[in-house]
Amino acid sequence: MRRWLEWVALLRPGDALTLVLALGVCALSAAMLWRGGAPDKVVVRAGGQVFAEAGLSRAQVIEVPGPLGITRIEIEPGRARVASDPGPRQYCVRQGWLTRSGAVAICAPNEVSLTLAGGASDYDSLNY
Amino acid sequence: MTPSTIEIVPTAEDGRIARLAAAAIVLSIAEAAIPLPLPGVKPGLANIVILIVLLRWGWRDAVWVALLRVFAGSLLLGQFFAPGFFLALAGSVTSLAVLGLAVHLPPRWFGPVTLSVLAAFAHIGGQLVLARVWLVPHDGVFYLVPVFALAATVFGLVNGLVAARLLRELPPLRESGAGASASTVSR
Repeated sequence: MRRWLEWVALLRPGDALTLVLALGVCALSAAMLWRGGAPDKVVVRAGGQVFAEAGLSRAQVIEVPGPLGITRIEIEPGRARVASDPGPRQYCVRQGWLTRSGAVAICAPNEVSLTLAGGASDYDSLNY
Repeated sequence: MTPSTIEIVPTAEDGRIARLAAAAIVLSIAEAAIPLPLPGVKPGLANIVILIVLLRWGWRDAVWVALLRVFAGSLLLGQFFAPGFFLALAGSVTSLAVLGLAVHLPPRWFGPVTLSVLAAFAHIGGQLVLARVWLVPHDGVFYLVPVFALAATVFGLVNGLVAARLLRELPPLRESGAGASASTVSR
């Protein structure tokens, strides 16, 4: 403890100010540069057609009918997931919450997909 | 043997700058041996020497030591005229410019730690601008700015504290006696 205090004693009042400003620059630059990819909307497709589009600002549940039954999509501020799906393997449910723009959960057996859109998406299409 | 027609007599000042530059060069070479996760994130230990020179002998000597460090250090590391050399030079020149201004801050309030942090930020700033303009002409280089900024804060603080400690423990300058560092600063 004494040894730490010895180092702290080398700081002058303005140095603390400088350090606070420096940390502020770190936080600000991280917030500005790493915000990219924040989605603002959800697109739900069923059988290839857009079934619903919803904002990502308020919580709601969308029920989508498909050939196997009903897929429940749950939306919370800033994220969305497939809460339940009648498909046999449950891949889209196990994907969990989607948070990044461009993220997709596809429930192929029930022909339902959930896409987050808006913001700077990481990619907008893939080509083969 | 015919005596050389050109005779260079090193002054005491030359010798001092050479000694300090040698210390800075040794630190940058020792530092090059430390494995680091990201290119560009370095402790910048040589800056401790630059700070001490700045606060004890003034900005002109600090410029000499810093530039000698960049040139000789890159020669020894085989980096001379490689991209890394130009990045180091850009960082050094920018931080020397910032130090030249920051050294006029009231020394009662702003000590070596402030100078060190400002110099570290200027260092990454200069390097990033050169990298953006010349090496990676894409805004993607700025994606790592937060990491570089955090490294500059942490290493700036550590280097500044070490420099402050060494300045306190170094014997006072002979020419002007006690308070030499303060008088250099207030120039």
